[in-house]
Amino acid sequence: MQSPAFDHLVVGAFLLFGVVFVAVTVFASNLLSPKGKDEPNRLEPYECGVEPVGPPWVQFRVGYYVYALLFVVFDIETVFLYPWAVSFNKMGLFVLTEMTIFIAILAAGLAYAWKEGALRWR
Amino acid sequence: MSPTLAVIVRLVAVLGLMLTNGVVMIYLLRKVLGHLHIRLGPMHVGWHGLLQTVNDVLKLLTKEDLTPRAVDKVLFFLAPVVVFVPSLMAYLALPFSEALRATRLETGMLFTFAVLAIVPIGILMAGWASANKWSLLGGMRAAAMQIAYEVPLLLSVLPIVMIAGTMELGAVVDAQAGTWFGLVPRWFITDPLLWPTFLIFLISSLIEVNQTPFDMSEGESEIVAGFASEYSAMKFALMFLSEFSNTFVVSAMGVTLFFGGWLLPWAPDSWYEAVPALAPIVFLTKAYVGVVLLWWIRGTFPRVRIDQMMSLGWKRLIPAALAMILITGVVQKLLAPVLYRAVG
Repeated sequence: MQSPAFDHLVVGAFLLFGVVFVAVTVFASNLLSPKGKDEPNRLEPYECGVEPVGPPWVQFRVGYYVYALLFVVFDIETVFLYPWAVSFNKMGLFVLTEMTIFIAILAAGLAYAWKEGALRWR
Repeated sequence: MSPTLAVIVRLVAVLGLMLTNGVVMIYLLRKVLGHLHIRLGPMHVGWHGLLQTVNDVLKLLTKEDLTPRAVDKVLFFLAPVVVFVPSLMAYLALPFSEALRATRLETGMLFTFAVLAIVPIGILMAGWASANKWSLLGGMRAAAMQIAYEVPLLLSVLPIVMIAGTMELGAVVDAQAGTWFGLVPRWFITDPLLWPTFLIFLISSLIEVNQTPFDMSEGESEIVAGFASEYSAMKFALMFLSEFSNTFVVSAMGVTLFFGGWLLPWAPDSWYEAVPALAPIVFLTKAYVGVVLLWWIRGTFPRVRIDQMMSLGWKRLIPAALAMILITGVVQKLLAPVLYRAVG
């Protein structure tokens, strides 16, 4: 029963089942739960009892997107490191020097972003 | 056993474990925090409040499911799905024993972290869809935290992949069998080289599961309930079930990667063969000890500021994790052969 194909089947089944489970429980709780009377402020957003002022979707600093860009770069490069780490024991000194260069480039990128102030939270 | 039946057995077993974890962990959390505050925690429903969480679950099931007027309806319903499904899938690669696991994914370690990384997207969705400024702040914080700590988390476990030579979690446990000098178990935590790695892993995984001192996305004393402010009834319950379940998964990952998984120190293989239940019991016990330690941290430390947390992640943990990869590489390639010869 243990084969990669079966494992992937299990992963797919869990994905589907999870969605169905959430749908069923939310539906069941809607059937079971009481429905409150419709009062004027019942469906207002909860902002500590004060009536909301202005639109809820306020603007955010552009700084968030700089972090997001950095994240994408580093996350992808991290994923590149995994296959290297798996085969690390099987290969000679060559992989170590190679990866030292790769990590040095990564570190240089981080240092540059740091110097340019991209890592400062304002 | 036919494949269909095998899949169904796995679904029922994992869902059962997840729900049990939720109920047990909420009770345990309230007891642990209670005693840390020198009070008793729940005491009234059942013996020492044992039935308190069951009671709470039933209450949540029969609560009115409010959908505020201004919400983005599609995303509001989709968010609990995006939060819940990955935390269900995160159990797939966990090795409870040599035989007892849902799958044997070759990429188990990466898979677990990858599915856990989807949760903050759901939290961001929930925060955005709620049409509430507190929720939006919570959601954005969740995204920023995720962005800052996914990288150090993934980098921090790389030295283990390098030493074990595999991402398959069962094989990682096997790599920790035996003892150093016939005395110290060869769990990765007993290797001083991996202590900084463990520290980075601990901090990043606390953030990964939104535990205090890093619960800025929820932060009930500043932004109401953060992303969950507008959620009620079952949708709320599912999001918090997923948070508790993720805490368990992260603790179980810590146990697998650093504390020898299902292995007992000095126990011969014959024990696991004689008593098949021994390995899963050891694994669950270790995972729960880890959970209680996480809650000890939760009950002890004040919440950090978001700017402090961001700079810790980007300016300290990422460089440290990169350095640890290089140090591990050098030690493994240049020093380890000499050391192994010396140890025999």
